[in-house]
Amino acid sequence: MSIDLSTTLGPAWFPTPIFTASGCASSGRELAQFFPLKNIGAVVTKSIMVKARPGRPTPRMAETPSGMLNSIGLQGPGIDSFIANDIPWLVEQGARIIVSIAGETVDEYATLARRLRSVPGISALEVNISCPNVENRGMVFACDPVSSRAVIDGVRRIIGGDLPIIAKLSPDVTDIVAIAREVVNAGADGVALINTLLGMVINTETMRPHLGGKTGGLSGPAIRPVAVRAIYQVHQAFPKVPILGMGGVRSGRDAFEMILAGASGVSVGTATFGNPRATLDVQEELEVILTEKGFTTLRSAVGFAHRQDRQDRQDSPEMSGE
Amino acid sequence: MSTINRYAQQISAQVLSNKRVGQYHQILISVGDVVKYCRPGNFIAIAVGGDNSSMVLRRAFALSRVSDRGEFGGTLELIVAPHGSGSRWLCSQGEGALLDVVTPLGVAFGIPTEPVNALLIGGGYGSAPLFGLAEVLKSRGCHVDMILGASSSSKIYAPLEGKRSVNSLKIYTEDSSSGIPGRVTDSLEEIISEGAIDVIYSCGPMAMLSAISTIAQSCEVVHQCAVEESMACGIGVCMTCVLPVRQDDGSIAMKRSCIDGPVMDGANVAWEVVGKIQETKE
Repeated sequence: MSIDLSTTLGPAWFPTPIFTASGCASSGRELAQFFPLKNIGAVVTKSIMVKARPGRPTPRMAETPSGMLNSIGLQGPGIDSFIANDIPWLVEQGARIIVSIAGETVDEYATLARRLRSVPGISALEVNISCPNVENRGMVFACDPVSSRAVIDGVRRIIGGDLPIIAKLSPDVTDIVAIAREVVNAGADGVALINTLLGMVINTETMRPHLGGKTGGLSGPAIRPVAVRAIYQVHQAFPKVPILGMGGVRSGRDAFEMILAGASGVSVGTATFGNPRATLDVQEELEVILTEKGFTTLRSAVGFAHRQDRQDRQDSPEMSGE
Repeated sequence: MSTINRYAQQISAQVLSNKRVGQYHQILISVGDVVKYCRPGNFIAIAVGGDNSSMVLRRAFALSRVSDRGEFGGTLELIVAPHGSGSRWLCSQGEGALLDVVTPLGVAFGIPTEPVNALLIGGGYGSAPLFGLAEVLKSRGCHVDMILGASSSSKIYAPLEGKRSVNSLKIYTEDSSSGIPGRVTDSLEEIISEGAIDVIYSCGPMAMLSAISTIAQSCEVVHQCAVEESMACGIGVCMTCVLPVRQDDGSIAMKRSCIDGPVMDGANVAWEVVGKIQETKE
């Protein structure tokens, strides 16, 4: 019996819940060498900005226990080149596309939304309000409820009801549920949890910060429990709001954990650096696990860890009905 | 638009032998048919630490020697310095171990169509890919001189069979422990003019590549260098291994050394701003 892996993020439908993660797949071209992009749920592209951007100085990377710090600084070609070159190529591959956007001001996000709203072939927008690799930490909109709301509100006004908007949040906040509430109230169809955590490595030979940008974003299995916690908390508070989960997923088991916590979709990021096939491997492993646990649909597993304690003993996946 | 090496494949490779050579390990792996597409200058990205390793990133190594003959079919030789936890793990893998590898990656050294006078310069175990290159150049009728340098003689990688593939070999050590005291760049201008050198190929630390580039430009000699910048993925998706490269219009672009390199034209690399490019706000 084949399992129904399909999922939705707001009005957008995907045949499987496993996506690439923004910033870990570029625009998909390189990964297409290792598996057909149409075989996964969607390609989430690297956050694109209005203008081309060189990014931060090197070194941009430091491996850490079960993770890594990156300090790329949103290097990219700018929206015009992205729309002219990358989107048509992804459409040609038959890939579903979630475009991640990043801006330095509320207006820049609106400009990006305006440029993208009529581009065919896009399934959803991921609004990255939480990139830690910027000169001015004040740009991390997702650390402030008012700024978070302003960005999403601006994008929503431009997009109207055409495309689902997913707000990508930072775990570097005291109360992620409060930020999630603001973006949902401002019109986000869903939230992406979590972006990297801000970290630092000091090189003990040079006795200075190792990264050119001094601080960087921590990703990889080291942060997975933080992601699972954030997903669990937000799903508990807003059970109807779809969550795209991410943070250290490298196996089907890890994706299953996030789905149990409340994720309707899961992005595979840093694992791709260690294994170019990681996204597809995670998807195949997840299908086996869901089947073994007795789920017939992905949807029935979403948030399954939240079921009432008193029902635990009798509960089986089949009885969990939506 | 620059793209990933179109022959790159993720495969399982078996360790055929692992020998200690001075401070380095010479590891021979069996890779099958993909060897047909492997060229000197290409590299390999290897997963380290086994399943559920806490080391989440691949390690990149230059291909030292490529062979499609012999009883094991296609083989690659790698020279590995056991400096970090990942390379130490790799050096501990014995005969029969299986490795998860992606190869061939990156741009290979350009091979001249006419016989030329080539000078190969290696720093430390950066000499590893140069011996394979020397064999290819010799087979095309080139005259091949090689100079190697390191801080100390124990860090020079120069296997006996490698020495046979070059017309001359000079060794420099900073501590005078073997060869000529000093650095590979000390008498480079004389070596270029005396040997009527047409092209320089180099591999080693960035400071050495930068110094060679300056001299190569003043002598108007082509300089193909294999750069090294720390990489997370090796396949072009992470954007960590970038270098500032001058474009035709004079602007500087941050280019991925795994996709647009590792072999680059030394004259185009903006060495003076490596690690210094700041964010520009337009």
